[in-house]
Amino acid sequence: MSETILSVRNLTASIDGTPILQGVNLEIKAGEVHAIMGRNGSGKSTLSKIIAGHPDYEVTGGEIIYQGKDVVDLEPNERANSGIFLAFQYPLAIPGVSNLDFMRVAYNAKRKYQGLEEIDTFDFEDLIEEKLEVVKMKSSFLERSLNEGFSGGEKKRNEILQMALLDPTLTILDEIDSGLDIDALRIVSDGVNQLKTPEKALLVITHYQRLLDYIEPDFVHVMREGKIVTSGGKELALELESRGYDFLDDKSDDKSTVGVGV
Amino acid sequence: MAVQIPFANIAKVQEDTVVEDIFLTGLLQQCQVNQAAPQWLKDIRQQSKSWLSRLSVPTKKDEDWRFIDLSSLTAGKFVTPRNPVGANGRSPLLPETENSRLVFINGIYNDELSNLAGLPQGIYVGNLNNLPNDYDATKYFAQQSGADAFTALNTAGGDDVAVVWVNKNVALETPLHLMFIAHSEQETNFTQPRTLVVAETGSSITLIEEYIGTGEYFTNAVTELFVQGNSRVNHTRLQQESYASYHIGKTAVAQERDSHYTINEINLGAKLCRHNPEVWQQGEQTETNLNGLTVATGEQISDTHSIIALSKPHGTTNQLHKCIVSDRAHTVFNGKVFVPKEAQLTDATQLNRNLMLSPKARIDTKPELQITADNVKCAHGATVSQLEAEEIFYLRSRGLSQADANQLLIDAFAAEIIDRLPLESLRLKITQTIEQKVKH
Repeated sequence: MSETILSVRNLTASIDGTPILQGVNLEIKAGEVHAIMGRNGSGKSTLSKIIAGHPDYEVTGGEIIYQGKDVVDLEPNERANSGIFLAFQYPLAIPGVSNLDFMRVAYNAKRKYQGLEEIDTFDFEDLIEEKLEVVKMKSSFLERSLNEGFSGGEKKRNEILQMALLDPTLTILDEIDSGLDIDALRIVSDGVNQLKTPEKALLVITHYQRLLDYIEPDFVHVMREGKIVTSGGKELALELESRGYDFLDDKSDDKSTVGVGV
Repeated sequence: MAVQIPFANIAKVQEDTVVEDIFLTGLLQQCQVNQAAPQWLKDIRQQSKSWLSRLSVPTKKDEDWRFIDLSSLTAGKFVTPRNPVGANGRSPLLPETENSRLVFINGIYNDELSNLAGLPQGIYVGNLNNLPNDYDATKYFAQQSGADAFTALNTAGGDDVAVVWVNKNVALETPLHLMFIAHSEQETNFTQPRTLVVAETGSSITLIEEYIGTGEYFTNAVTELFVQGNSRVNHTRLQQESYASYHIGKTAVAQERDSHYTINEINLGAKLCRHNPEVWQQGEQTETNLNGLTVATGEQISDTHSIIALSKPHGTTNQLHKCIVSDRAHTVFNGKVFVPKEAQLTDATQLNRNLMLSPKARIDTKPELQITADNVKCAHGATVSQLEAEEIFYLRSRGLSQADANQLLIDAFAAEIIDRLPLESLRLKITQTIEQKVKH
């Protein structure tokens, strides 16, 4: 049986006193790809930010067990350095910080955390050059300021480049497909698929079934009002695509909701 | 000149009113007349002295000085340095200017630290007393600097003058470094660096003017630049005075037609700093770039009041002034741009951006465009912001600690100005200085 990478148990959280997660349960094992779907405001992006340690959210109950350890009290950088990676829905642009410098600083932060020596500028350039292949990016991207003036597709490819570089154990892709045309989507998902290994796990958060044609999930979960209301295989995504989220409303009205995956 | 800009002090002075400001008079009495100076210079100093007797130190009641309080300066007892001193342990030299460096210590030219071996023919760098006779400084000295109290004090009581004179069509590729080192031990010194730069028609030069020092002292500096037709001057002014010092400075620039002048003003030091860059465009199609970066921490006060006055068509000015302010520090920016009727087709932008790192810091900003021409493109603005929480989270989610994320964002804010500095070693040095300064 494969190792459990992430186990979210009865997780509740709030922002400015307003409850936003109402008891989420989710278990992800090594080698698995999970997808979370749901309407806007269902809590799916919030869940990803909370797993990554966003300081605006307060965890009011439950646990986030990552590789056997509760990470709720860890700083976001400690979570990142221990192998949790969140690809942002809206990656931030930071003028004045070159993409290359940013990636080197991030890479060295992880090396330092692992007790390894920092890598020098030249060795780093060789390393990042290799990784560019994964997302078919030109090295001129590295000279530019972090995400500044990048198109939507370029920003998302840049997120996957960071994923390739930082080599996380658990990757959360928060609406990586939003705003992408089909070519960019193909490049991004090819990149993600190349990075999949049996030791790692992937949590894909999306609004649209289309992404799941490219990154195939083993499990699909649907969130509604801060909970996972139903789970299934990849056929659940197709069902959602053809019938819309409304059929879930009926479904959840019919029978009491059960968090799946515990 | 088509535009007449009233100086705050002049407006108040009535003819034949002798004020005899105690602070200014006291400082002036300290200053000795340099007997070796030419007669014309002695005459100018005398005129300025009589003008100064009608002026007083500005107070918060003066519009141009209302944001800062000079009472700690005027309460100080300053003396002119008795003996010239040598360089002390610091090694602030830049590799690119190893052989193109002019050093003044406590206002006096220092031959030992200066090295001008790398300069080509067609340029004079030295002090005024040694300026060859075929250069006529009378046409320039004190012709542009203005008549406010501190400038008048410098003109009246100054001793040595640093001169940089680039002959017609000479393009100096080696950057030139002017260093003014102040040093106080037992007493609190008063020094008045003075610089005259003449870039003749078609010439070009990169100039780094630096103020550093140790101990408690008062620097009152004036630099005049004459940027003649079609010439280019890239000027970096680096103020890294000791944290116990006072620094008041004027940079007065006259630009002829088709000339380009850029100043990168970096203010890091001094307990209280006031810098007045004033650029007078006097010909068509003149370009001016004012880049400024002030980093104030602790209880530092740093004030930049700039003036850019256009007077002819097709002028361009770009100004970007940035301040990083933490602790209980206070920065001021007031930028005036005058676009009179004669200056049609002007393209002027002015932006002041401020990064506030502490709730106790204070920022005053006052961009001011005065436009009477009707066919121009002008924009101005000011912003005050803090470090963005979402940006910090993004960086931390990539493994950076809170402190490293903050540092990276501060560096990024400063980089927009630092990247415009002409030398690699200077960019590195300033970046490191700022990192040390904002780290506690």
